[in-house]
Amino acid sequence: MTLQHMERPVGIGTHEGTERIGAGGLGMDFQRLTVRTTVRIISRYGVLVGFLALWQAAASSGWVNAAVLPPVDMIVAALWKGLAGGSLLGDIAISLQRAGLAFAAAVIIAIPLGLVMGQVRAVETALDPILQLFRQTSALALYPVFILLLGLGEASKVFVIFWATLFPLLLNTISGVKEVDPKLLEMARVYGARRLTVFRRVVLPGAVPSIFVGLRLGATTALLLLIASEMIGANKGIGFQVMNAQYNFQIPLMFAAIVILAALGLIANQVLVSLQRRLCRWNDPVS
Amino acid sequence: MSVTSINRGGEVTIRDLSKSFPIAGRELAVLRSLDLDIRSGECLVIVGASGSGKTTLLRILAGLEAADNGTVAIDGRKVEGVGAERAVIFQEPRLLPWLSVLGNVAFGLEVRGVPKPEAEERARFYIALVGLAEFADAWPRQLSGGMAQRVGIARALTVQPGILLLDEPLGALDAMTKISMQEELARIWSEENVTMVLVTHDLEEAIYLADRVLILPKEKGGAARLISIDLPRPRDRSESHFVRYREGLLREFGLH
Ligand SMILES: Nc1ncnc2c1ncn2[C@@H]1O[C@H](COP(=O)(O)OP(=O)(O)OP(=O)(O)O)[C@@H](O)[C@H]1O
Ligand SMILES: [Mg+2]
Repeated sequence: MTLQHMERPVGIGTHEGTERIGAGGLGMDFQRLTVRTTVRIISRYGVLVGFLALWQAAASSGWVNAAVLPPVDMIVAALWKGLAGGSLLGDIAISLQRAGLAFAAAVIIAIPLGLVMGQVRAVETALDPILQLFRQTSALALYPVFILLLGLGEASKVFVIFWATLFPLLLNTISGVKEVDPKLLEMARVYGARRLTVFRRVVLPGAVPSIFVGLRLGATTALLLLIASEMIGANKGIGFQVMNAQYNFQIPLMFAAIVILAALGLIANQVLVSLQRRLCRWNDPVS
Repeated sequence: MSVTSINRGGEVTIRDLSKSFPIAGRELAVLRSLDLDIRSGECLVIVGASGSGKTTLLRILAGLEAADNGTVAIDGRKVEGVGAERAVIFQEPRLLPWLSVLGNVAFGLEVRGVPKPEAEERARFYIALVGLAEFADAWPRQLSGGMAQRVGIARALTVQPGILLLDEPLGALDAMTKISMQEELARIWSEENVTMVLVTHDLEEAIYLADRVLILPKEKGGAARLISIDLPRPRDRSESHFVRYREGLLREFGLH
């Protein structure tokens, strides 16, 4: 992928493209497409690749202390060893289990509760003060309380993740329901829609984008709290590995664990984005 | 499938209708003991200065707003709330963005319990009637303003109401689209045999469509006026009688 490679077809394409259209410019089109794809990839990932290259150069040439910031290839090697050798797989599994369980429980509780709170004024009035109080109290500050109540095992970990994930989900579901256009509600009423029909056909679909905002925020929160909870009183898990590797001065392994965490976050987000695309095709400017 | 029907227009009787709103601590009388008979199948156009109560009257007819006093009856039955014999077309199309054009047009019928295949079959007929057959599967965001408004009109027609209530349905459209939509509304009205009550700011639109024009007074104590438009259809906007009606209406507004 060189600059020459990029420039040549662009220059020729704009010149000869017009003449060739009638004479089957398929090759031309294909070339132009490849160029466009290449340009897009470069503009999207260029800075990232540059960053990694800079890191590699800085670490391997000794500009920075390689013991603290090991070169990229060492991190990749540690990552490969942990994954292919299987030593990190158990940690990934237990971390996924904790975060997944907590996230699923939060979804199962927050979305139905949010839908009801957004619809029924009395329920919202009753629950809002306590919700605000809980929301403003940091879940991390409550973690010691959960440990006292549930012990230092899995339960307190899953619960603190669940707790923190609950709020973005709940609040976004509520606002999604409440922000449904009242003009659409009136339209449905004109056609004689009863309350349940209005809910099913107008309120719920209208709230889906906002619910997805909550899901994505919730996934981020779940991973954040996962790490925090695994740094205290755990002996397995990716968050534990980050702390443990640092403690034992296995810096490449520490970075490998951090990379895994970042990858988990990216994957979770990507899964949610593509799910949203599928559910909200009406909303998607590209399709 | 034949969906055009025989005369299903509804007759509206308005007696002693009053409505006021509390504004800044005072009661603002918007409608003051209005009496009006709307004939079955007629096209009545309501005009009046901004704030004269056109929307309020239409919303009371729709059953979206309750009167303070007086009654509205349709074919002898008192109006209380919305009803299946009426459909409303708002100034905005009010389409559900997550339903296709077909889904939106079938929505009214589906809500009323008509099975989906049947609802969609009838929806397709009216989508074609408003000239959007090729766009049945498009999303609302892919439509222009005029197309979206036509979808809204098709949705209202699909439930085959006896009375069609329209609040400045063409108000947001550009001049060219507006004229072609006025022609379309005139055609739909005559084909569908429906009683039409339409609010507009546009006097030319009023004369083009109306059997009678109701002018709501702006000031307190003024009386509502009714003017019959006795012109053959389809009407010609440049024809001398048309122009004379227009001048007459302008004079009613003290503008000429
Ligand atoms: N829900 C409401 N609450 C309080 N006042 C209202 C309400 N609806 C209408 N009004 C008042 O009633 C009066 C008539 O309003 P309406 O919307 O019927 O006027 P309009 O003739 O449709 O005006 P426009 O041509 O601007 O649409 C206005 O003064 C308005 O402030
Ligand atoms: Mg109005």
